[in-house]
Amino acid sequence: MNKIEKKQQFLYSGNEALARGAWEAGLRVAAAYPGTPSTEILENIATYTEIDAQWSVNEKVAYEVAYGAAIGGARSLYASKHVGLNVAMDPFMTSVYMGINAGFVAVVCDDPGLHSSQNEQDTRWVSIFGKAPLIEPADAAEAHWFIQEAFVLSERFDTPVLFRMTTRTAHAKQNVPVGERTEAQTRPLVRDMAKYVMVPKNAYMRHIKVEERLVALARFAETARFNQVQKGPAKLGFITSGVSHAYVRDHYPDAAILKLGMLYPLCEKKIRAFAKSVRELVVVEELDPFLETQLNALKIKFRAKHPSYRIGELRPEYIPAIVTGKKKTDAPAAVRKPSLCAGCPHHFVFHALKKFNAFIAGDIGCYTLGALPPYSALHSCICMGGGITFPEGLRRGAPGQSVIGVIGDSTFVHSGITGLINAAYNKSKGLLIIMDNAITAMTGGQEHPGTGKTLKGEDTKLLRIEDICAVCGADTVDVIDPCKHRELEELVEKRLKEGLLSVIITRHPCILKK
Amino acid sequence: MHTEKITSPTNILFCGIGGQGVLKASEICGIAAMLSGFQVRKSEVHGMSQRGGSVDSHLRFGKTVHSPLIMPGKADILVSFHAEETERLKHFLKKGGLDLTLFIDRAVQKVPDKRFVNTFIMGVLSAFLPLSTAVWLAALAQVFTRAQSENQEAFLNGLHEGKSHDIQRKN
Repeated sequence: MNKIEKKQQFLYSGNEALARGAWEAGLRVAAAYPGTPSTEILENIATYTEIDAQWSVNEKVAYEVAYGAAIGGARSLYASKHVGLNVAMDPFMTSVYMGINAGFVAVVCDDPGLHSSQNEQDTRWVSIFGKAPLIEPADAAEAHWFIQEAFVLSERFDTPVLFRMTTRTAHAKQNVPVGERTEAQTRPLVRDMAKYVMVPKNAYMRHIKVEERLVALARFAETARFNQVQKGPAKLGFITSGVSHAYVRDHYPDAAILKLGMLYPLCEKKIRAFAKSVRELVVVEELDPFLETQLNALKIKFRAKHPSYRIGELRPEYIPAIVTGKKKTDAPAAVRKPSLCAGCPHHFVFHALKKFNAFIAGDIGCYTLGALPPYSALHSCICMGGGITFPEGLRRGAPGQSVIGVIGDSTFVHSGITGLINAAYNKSKGLLIIMDNAITAMTGGQEHPGTGKTLKGEDTKLLRIEDICAVCGADTVDVIDPCKHRELEELVEKRLKEGLLSVIITRHPCILKK
Repeated sequence: MHTEKITSPTNILFCGIGGQGVLKASEICGIAAMLSGFQVRKSEVHGMSQRGGSVDSHLRFGKTVHSPLIMPGKADILVSFHAEETERLKHFLKKGGLDLTLFIDRAVQKVPDKRFVNTFIMGVLSAFLPLSTAVWLAALAQVFTRAQSENQEAFLNGLHEGKSHDIQRKN
């Protein structure tokens, strides 16, 4: 019996395994905003008393808090879904210039197949754009192992590390053997202005370091344990990564496979050697032609999936068609559409709004389901916070049209507040509805400043949404229980007629709230 | 009815709609398989789809398992909590595979509260799998921290139901 078999094991999802691995690596501070499929990372990290973990107000804030902790000298971690990183791009891009003090890893979970997202963006490109190394585990056991290695990598090369997962690695479960925590040495906070003050002159000097670092990382990639070769017959070989590796193994259990776990910078020499060792080479990757593009640049001969497979997630049954270069033929399966829960307070709001024949500009949350029948009462949904700002633009672009903005409580705190200030400052008028169910509901019920509880379940200062709306400059602020739907209708009608900048907070707790 | 032997790795597809306990069911079965010494892979969906939408969970266990997803035509057993979802996903079931949909009605009749329907059906499922009752009960106790005795009873009733059904089939 070897050591691994003796270890305690759990049926862990990739997210649970990552949380455990980060804890074992001596993680001290973690921050995130919830978002499928990343939410369980912080929920699990929060169960460890050694880790200072928080739901931040949004991803930008989460990134800055977690990254600040790394500069402060503690191993720290940021987590979000793919579109969450968009919100945090500003600090991310420059943090790569600044480097770290203690290890810092930014975990980003993509959602190929759009199980619960507004787009299918492929975070792997961010590594090239942002000039940061990118690690991708193939399953939960690797997530547990790689996250520990990612902290080492971060400290060895003085860089933030991107750690990319997808729905099928974040949410797939498997037996994961675990270890114990090793406390990481905290590092003293130093006042290194050339490194931490990114004014042009300093940033220029740091950019030189970034380019040198990329060269060193590329050299490291050649021998990194993140990249593994499975030997096999020379007839047909695969280069793959992430969950795609499992799909390839299902069809070709004994084939030669180069499984990449470090996707940027790539191990160019290792790839060339592998390509030479097989007569036919196939690249299997989900979503965008990320490896494909880089391998083309290296002038390596290989076959890749038909471009039709760039849309949607890969599935194991697609592998034969991918290997032979065939076009994707199946469309997404017809599924029972999600709907607002029976008894959900949002029903009353959409029931009322439907009567006013307005363009309803929505946002990201359970209330996005108002777009589905029977209401069909939501006409746009773009991003977090868009429920406040997008309607302002609509009104400016289509004067005279009736436009109502709707947003949730957690989303309003995330990025609606600045939009409301903007509306007041720029003299925009119109009705905004904050559908306050006192929880971040769509992602499974997480706390936020408006609930008065922290991620760890502790009581904290309660943000009163009506107060902040008033000080942001709303002309009127009403709070109403949407279950009183007649009164709600009358109120909406009244506020629409007045033509002021009005906020109606429809307040009734989510029926799933524990 | 199923005529084919259960293969290794064993592929079980759980399905239903949000709120029916689909993920809990696959979790119990997955833990039972892990406690029996198998390698387990299991897929889940979270987030928007859980709001009353289709929910499925693929579970595979055996000596070596790679993919967390089952391919169409490769599921040994379909465990469904909703007849419409069976229609949607029955192409995953292999020829001669076992479809447990018909036990939904039996479960509804036999349990005191619809909360225990999924546990009853786990009991039925256990009659067809090479996992001991002891590991199933241990898995149940891990997943359900509340109403443990009711869950155990529902499970054992389901096991009885599955066994008598299995005997009928063999005859």
